[in-house]
Amino acid sequence: MLVFEKSRPGRGISALPKCDVEVYTLADEDMREAELHLPEMAEVDLSRHYTELAKKAHGVNDGFYPLGSCTMKYNPKVNEKAASFDEFTQIHPLQPEHTVQGCLQVLKESEELLAEITGMSDFTLQPAAGAHGEFTGLLLIKAYHLANGDTQRTKIIVPDSAHGTNPASAVMAGMTVINVDSTPDGLVDVDKLREVCEGNNEIAGLMLTNPNTAGLFDPNIKEITDIIHECGGQCYYDGANLNAIMGWARPGDMGFDCVHLNLHKTFSTPHGGGGPGAGPVGCKAHLAKFMPGVKVTGEEGSLKLTKAEESLGEMKNFYGNFLVVVKALTYIKMLGKEGIPEASKNAVLNANYMMNKLSAKYDIAFSPKVCMHEFVMDIARQAKETGVTAMDIAKGLLDNNIHPPTMYFPLTVHEALMAEPCETESKETLDEAIKVFLDLNDLAYSDPEALHAAPVKTPVTRLDEVGAARHPVLRYEFE
Amino acid sequence: MGTFVPNTKEQQQEMLKEIGFEKLDDLFAHIPDAVKFQGELNIPEGMSEMEVTKAMKKIASKNVVFDSVFRGAGAYKHYIPAIVNTVVSNETLQTAYTPYQAEISQGILQSIFEYQTMICDLTGMDVSNASVYDGGTAAGEAVAACRGRKSNKAIVSACIQPSALKVIETYCFGNEMELVIAPEKDGVTDIEALKELMTDDTACVLIQHPNYYGNLEKAKEIGEIAHSVKNCRYIMSVNPITLAIMKTPGEYGADFAIGEGQPLGMAPAFGGPYLGFMASIDSMKRNLPGRIVGQTVDHNGKTGYVLTLQAREQHIRREKASSNICSNQALCALTVGVYLSAMGNEGLKNVATQCYSKAHYMAQKFAEIGLEVPETEFFHEFVTKSDKSSEAILKALEDKGILGGLALDDSRILWCCTEMNSKADIDEVIAIVKEV
Amino acid sequence: MELKKDALYAKSHEWVAFEGDVAVIGISDFAQSELGDLVFVNLPEEGDEVVAGETFADVESVKAVSDIYSPVSGTVCEINEELLDAPELINEDAYAAWFIKVEGVGDKSELMSPEEYETFCESEE
Repeated sequence: MLVFEKSRPGRGISALPKCDVEVYTLADEDMREAELHLPEMAEVDLSRHYTELAKKAHGVNDGFYPLGSCTMKYNPKVNEKAASFDEFTQIHPLQPEHTVQGCLQVLKESEELLAEITGMSDFTLQPAAGAHGEFTGLLLIKAYHLANGDTQRTKIIVPDSAHGTNPASAVMAGMTVINVDSTPDGLVDVDKLREVCEGNNEIAGLMLTNPNTAGLFDPNIKEITDIIHECGGQCYYDGANLNAIMGWARPGDMGFDCVHLNLHKTFSTPHGGGGPGAGPVGCKAHLAKFMPGVKVTGEEGSLKLTKAEESLGEMKNFYGNFLVVVKALTYIKMLGKEGIPEASKNAVLNANYMMNKLSAKYDIAFSPKVCMHEFVMDIARQAKETGVTAMDIAKGLLDNNIHPPTMYFPLTVHEALMAEPCETESKETLDEAIKVFLDLNDLAYSDPEALHAAPVKTPVTRLDEVGAARHPVLRYEFE
Repeated sequence: MGTFVPNTKEQQQEMLKEIGFEKLDDLFAHIPDAVKFQGELNIPEGMSEMEVTKAMKKIASKNVVFDSVFRGAGAYKHYIPAIVNTVVSNETLQTAYTPYQAEISQGILQSIFEYQTMICDLTGMDVSNASVYDGGTAAGEAVAACRGRKSNKAIVSACIQPSALKVIETYCFGNEMELVIAPEKDGVTDIEALKELMTDDTACVLIQHPNYYGNLEKAKEIGEIAHSVKNCRYIMSVNPITLAIMKTPGEYGADFAIGEGQPLGMAPAFGGPYLGFMASIDSMKRNLPGRIVGQTVDHNGKTGYVLTLQAREQHIRREKASSNICSNQALCALTVGVYLSAMGNEGLKNVATQCYSKAHYMAQKFAEIGLEVPETEFFHEFVTKSDKSSEAILKALEDKGILGGLALDDSRILWCCTEMNSKADIDEVIAIVKEV
Repeated sequence: MELKKDALYAKSHEWVAFEGDVAVIGISDFAQSELGDLVFVNLPEEGDEVVAGETFADVESVKAVSDIYSPVSGTVCEINEELLDAPELINEDAYAAWFIKVEGVGDKSELMSPEEYETFCESEE
């Protein structure tokens, strides 16, 4: 039942005192005419309404969440505690600098830690999400080429296995996309890349995720970034999969010029049902003067906000999703120099353990000997033999209280289930999940109809998405 | 060192052995030496939870929290009922992912559907998306959404929040739309100048109402000017609190209503996370970026909710998508939902009326002590002009623990009142300013 | 697979029928069944130029968006606005659910007869 259907005129909470000054009224011509339909609820009803909604959702606290490329690791509660300090939440973004030294220290320390982890020289914390970070990184590349007078450099190379945001971001940055196919092993086809790039002065750069969306680390990475640099392009690193390599390899050392990170993936801040996240962007020294937003300079206690000399402008109002940055900083401080690589090590161990066990019944796309933090199962064989698709397996997992892997991605694998277990899951959890996956495979052969009908234990069964899109109902209609 | 890895060293060894490896490092053996990181990261050693709490508290304590705040300019301090933080701290709602798996995400989807309904109701629009990052990005996205094959020029009022204007500039630097600024005259958009700027290739006219200076724009008239050009869209950026009592963008004839959602239950938090709301008339719904939730039925005919109209979005349309927006600010949208449900019709009208009344009381008091106050209509922000230096006024207030308005220059200050400012607080400011 | 007997077909699965000099264009039954349940159509505007082999519209299913290519060159003189509200018409009868009408049509020698198109589709499967 919607909150509007529970509303009763006359109910409400006692939030505010009476107005203690004379009441002024707007001119008639400026006054709202339309009736307002906000819910009128007693606090107890509100409390129960949202508790009911929470029961119809699945968080990391509810069960295993191996959603590939999303890094659904456990979200430590100490992060939330730090982000709830009044001395952070009650700070106006336009307070005088000497009254926000704590906030500036958070920004400065975070910038420096992220730069060290990625091998970059500068960071901006302004971008609010991964896609926003991509847009930022591409604008940095654009600003760099324009400053060099290279107005013709508008082509950006994106592999076919890339996240959908990559090509969309490129277009927002005024670039056109050149798709480069992968090799049968799921890696960048270096020969084809060379073909596209050699002597091509229109190349703005390359966007790459490494390890890629199939969980494979590209061993030719240095050659790839060299090819781009040789033709005058810049290399952009999509940090969605950084959780695989922290302390083991750094985008900066691989030859990337700029990078975005997802604090809500790698650095343990919660996803909030789809945001707020944070997508900080790092760059090498030669791009630093174009950075958007502000940079914190000076010494502890007398920190200052400064602007890069040829800054490309502002990506959003103020300094980014500040409280998300506070959470990530708390996490990095707690893990420290040993804990950060340890997290990646265990993320990779858990993924390999699961991949190895599941390969007994499932085909693993590109059949790697070892994967990084995630791997892709290919359900094509089951689909052909039983009619059970990746979607059906996913829906079967729902009945077992497991959030399914990412479905139908990467696009290069047609019946893909991309699983990323994360380091914060125990062997016991993995073993239970492995058993469920293997049982579902058996069920596909013994009773495929049962999987077509799944899920049956959830608050609703499969929903009519076609009907929803053909005749959209996008809000409640008041009588 | 702190850790959130549950597997013991023994378990890690056991797992490695089972899959045919000897040591953990072997899993990274295929990374070429040339790019493998050598040595240790140059970051401090890890900490226990107790230590990190103390360390973060120490950093936080270097900030000054003002109890009495008269500064707005894009971030507003309103009263947030206790139920709001209780609900948004719920572990499930806080840690869930984007609701791709609708069957186990009905709670999140329904909360967004309710949010969309409330935003439509407040703004008088037909369709709302599930939110974007903040008011600034909402402005940038809205301008981009209006671009047509034959219309590539955006006209934006000089009286919008300066940082939002900067964000629009950034979007236009990216997508190469032409950006033209309609100048300010007497604290509002210069209507005559705007008329001159209108051309056949104008994709949109964007204003903020009330504008950055708190003044009400001639919103109806500007809408008519915008619509004098075929396919030109009218975008109004509004403060959602005002809509409880003020005419809606729908009533002014806007095609898009956007704005900063922070006043609806979010703390100022040094600038974020906030939420940008975006709503449009029905015919523009496919131009909205980001997630949209729709109502449908399941196989048994039971009502349910799904992400819909997805073919607009980047994960399907890829390089043909007009926006790359992927995640929204769902938890902030939930915050808005709880806040508006807690306040209700009367509560929100009360907030708006108090904001309006207190600002007008304060302006009147400023006038009484000789400061120049606006003659135009304003809502809860206004600019004073005076011979006293802005710096001196703000310094005197800060010495008494009060965050005054924002200095626009050495003679003008942008003030803001909300329901949080009591008459006594206002009178105190007046007394202090009088002595400067 | 159903065919419209009095139409010509393109390799990208669009059909063209002629009402005098005006070309009526839609997508084939084969195409609609491959695309699945359609939920939206983006159409050009009257007066737009279309070019043979270039995209003039796109159709959306829940999980995909596909370009529709023009089988002929010319100027759009009418669009089927009914499809904007009811894209399911395309799934129901692909040959009744025309997309656009085009005038000033040029070369059509590249197009296939219904029989040729049928063979072509079989080879595609």
